[in-house]
Amino acid sequence: MAEPILSISDLNTSFRVHGKWQNVVRNVSFDVHPKETVAVVGESGSGKSVTALSIMRLLSPTGARVTGRIEFEGRDLLGLPIEEMPSIRGNRIGMIFQEPMTSLNPVLRIGDQIIEVLVQHRHLTHAQARSEAARLLERVRIPSARSRLDEYPLNFSGGMRQRVVIAIALACDPRLLIADEPTTALDVTIQAQILELIKTLQEEEGMSVLFITHDMGVVAEISDRAVVMHRGEAVETGPTPQIFASPSHPYTRALVSAVPQLGSMNGLDRPLRFPRVDLVTGEIEPPPPTADTVRRDAAPLLKVEGLVTRFDVRKGFLRRTIGRIHAVEDVSLELRPGETLSLVGESGCGKSTTGRSIIRLTEPRSGTVQIDGCDVRTAGKAGLAKIRRQAQMIFQDPFESLNPRIRVGDAIAEPIVAHRLCDAHAARDKVGDLLRRVGLSASMAERFPHEFSGGQRQRVCIARALALEPRLIIADESVSALDVSVKAQVINLMLDLQERYGLGYLFISHDMAVVERISHRVAVMYLGEIVEIGPRRAIFENPQHDYTRRLMAAVPIADPTRRRPRRVGNEEIESPFRAPTYVPPNRTYWQAGEGHFVQLG
Amino acid sequence: MSENPNTASSVHDGTDPISLSTSPFRRTMAALRADRLALIGMSLVVLFVLAAILAPILAPQNPYDLSRLDVLDGRQPPGTRSAGGMLYLLGTDDQGRDLLSAILYGLRTSLLVGVSSAAVALVLGASIGLFSAYAGGRIDAVLMRIVDIQLSFPAILIALIFLAILGQGVDKIIIALIVTQWAYYARTIRGSALVERQRAYVDAARSMALSDASILFRHILPNCLPPLIVVATMRVAYAIMLEATLSFLGIGLPVTQPSLGLLIANGFEYLLSGDYWISFFPGFALLLLIIGINLIGDALRDILNPRREG
Repeated sequence: MAEPILSISDLNTSFRVHGKWQNVVRNVSFDVHPKETVAVVGESGSGKSVTALSIMRLLSPTGARVTGRIEFEGRDLLGLPIEEMPSIRGNRIGMIFQEPMTSLNPVLRIGDQIIEVLVQHRHLTHAQARSEAARLLERVRIPSARSRLDEYPLNFSGGMRQRVVIAIALACDPRLLIADEPTTALDVTIQAQILELIKTLQEEEGMSVLFITHDMGVVAEISDRAVVMHRGEAVETGPTPQIFASPSHPYTRALVSAVPQLGSMNGLDRPLRFPRVDLVTGEIEPPPPTADTVRRDAAPLLKVEGLVTRFDVRKGFLRRTIGRIHAVEDVSLELRPGETLSLVGESGCGKSTTGRSIIRLTEPRSGTVQIDGCDVRTAGKAGLAKIRRQAQMIFQDPFESLNPRIRVGDAIAEPIVAHRLCDAHAARDKVGDLLRRVGLSASMAERFPHEFSGGQRQRVCIARALALEPRLIIADESVSALDVSVKAQVINLMLDLQERYGLGYLFISHDMAVVERISHRVAVMYLGEIVEIGPRRAIFENPQHDYTRRLMAAVPIADPTRRRPRRVGNEEIESPFRAPTYVPPNRTYWQAGEGHFVQLG
Repeated sequence: MSENPNTASSVHDGTDPISLSTSPFRRTMAALRADRLALIGMSLVVLFVLAAILAPILAPQNPYDLSRLDVLDGRQPPGTRSAGGMLYLLGTDDQGRDLLSAILYGLRTSLLVGVSSAAVALVLGASIGLFSAYAGGRIDAVLMRIVDIQLSFPAILIALIFLAILGQGVDKIIIALIVTQWAYYARTIRGSALVERQRAYVDAARSMALSDASILFRHILPNCLPPLIVVATMRVAYAIMLEATLSFLGIGLPVTQPSLGLLIANGFEYLLSGDYWISFFPGFALLLLIIGINLIGDALRDILNPRREG
């Protein structure tokens, strides 16, 4: 093989924390060859982003210490005077960051931001730079590129902005592109477009890519080789197919087995736990099968009919309604005790608003909602309190949904005491019991939320939701913010609890692979409407609606042997914003199988 | 951040033994102690408060007891000894009052007026602001326009008008100061309450069907306190200054009950004739007190800034 373009040996990076040096990257070594894509994968805090920043020498020289050798095109970057770095950054190495919303300057035109780079690095005249900028935007497949040069970032969607960022990174024909979680903030169909674009551009330009990600699915899709990082160390490096097929390090095994794979559940009717992996020996313990928890004979726990939630958008001095966001439009669904119904869709599809409208955290405009036979929309204050005891919600961000100033024990006891389920003394015993049920210890009740890790906090939120002994839990993106291994543990916990207490889950998520693992039935939402609903197997093995198929095709598959040619369009996600005169059409559904309904039209 | 000890990073691990079960209050106090400027500020304030409380013991003379004053000892420079053998360490004013004693007693008045007016204005303003944010809609609009009107007039003007109506006296000036200041607290807490109301933990509390009062006072209020505490610290200093200004203008406190401001006013006419000490020492004491309070306020603003947490 040819000489590596980037060769890292014994990279060590330390940060000064409270006057002490903390080693966050230890003895990391790997090579990137020409025209090769190397993925650096790891969970949060594994040091993968710090590795990238160390290579670019973007860390503050006073707060961070980098040692080792970073050889790029035969030169040791760490030995270069810092003044020479700009001639390498942007010229020879391009970089893409995670957040497309913040990596462009919002007050400068798109064109000017690209032209600036071209004038500075390639010494073009302004006119030359302008036509080159248009050419670059065309290369990243932005339609009618020339006319969009004079627009501002706010006119661009997230995916389009990330294309612009890529165009800027490509401006000087870099030999190496470093992409730090470039698709994490994007919806799955947009992510598929960006990944495809990076792959195509790499072939066209013959550059190397260093791709940093937490998502094993993305690794499998895009990389030739992978470096697995764990607690600051590169625990395993190898060709991607080998990493997935026969991981040697216990951590890699745990990581690979915790990754939900779309299609791995084919033929199974019930949800399935994630396998447990012994982190010392690396032995994988097959998951016990779940019991059949759905009570098909019982009355539905949740019954929603014709739910509509719209938000008026007002503007001007007279607060005139200039339009409406049709967040939820004529949604009907049913959920039985012990059943998990997942609501899936991309950002803005109304899945969260549906969840919130069901327990009236957001007031719906029309429709009926019944929880355990009680009508939610007509319920008075006392009635609503009773209903909210039956139906609890778990939110996305465990950092946000716990009050930072209340000890977790008090937070869990609060609903028990408020609903007078028992006195304060008995409540304390109950808190200990609840904490043990979610896999924490009773003594943790004395701690404040900031003393827990993300996964532990989500467990606390689950314990608090269980405090009122609800029968229905609405989980709004409850595992989306968690690392894969933690995500797997929380999903397992939710399945355990369902088995033990016959809970019904309304599981709201954008993550198709997790949804496949946990649900009995699935409803796919697009622009506020359910486009397809049915048993999980029917939806995943026999999707009927065009959008469902598009969604499935976009999910990265964490198996490099099943890499497939994609048909990725340039579609944007539409906005549910409509004129005030808009009347939603009457939708009809056809039946594709037992309990499987697909929207027509 | 990850929960399994085997996958947790050593840097971000939340189970650092130092931070185990520390309440926000204790963390704040620890941070204050670690800040050198805040330490200076706290020492100054503690010193002044102690001096004010212990004034009857510390002061060589009771400045309110007119029978003990000797007009013949008026305007003595610092360090003079009286006929009765008393040492006027900081000199005397035009009525023969020992300035050290007058300052110690003046501090009591200044602190009483400043702290009590700020405290009442805080409770009043915070309640109005919290109610306004929670009620929303028209009630909020009306209350906030009142706040706007209040804030658009200079505080000193409002205080002047009130004192002109009410007359002189410690209680009157406290009322005037409350009226001029509640609006700042109301505006501050309303802003943060509106932000906090949108946070997920309030949604969580609502979804557990907790009562409005519980959500408002147990969940929203404690999270609005940090900016309020900062404002309150600064406002105490401002109230003391405002009182001093009003007294200096002769409409605040009666001459028999001198505050620091009144003492400065008393010496003002003698400044040009060289008897600097009558105004200078009370003024210097006032300066130190205000600096002390502001240093604490500055440090609190840094410490309680949510961006610093994490």
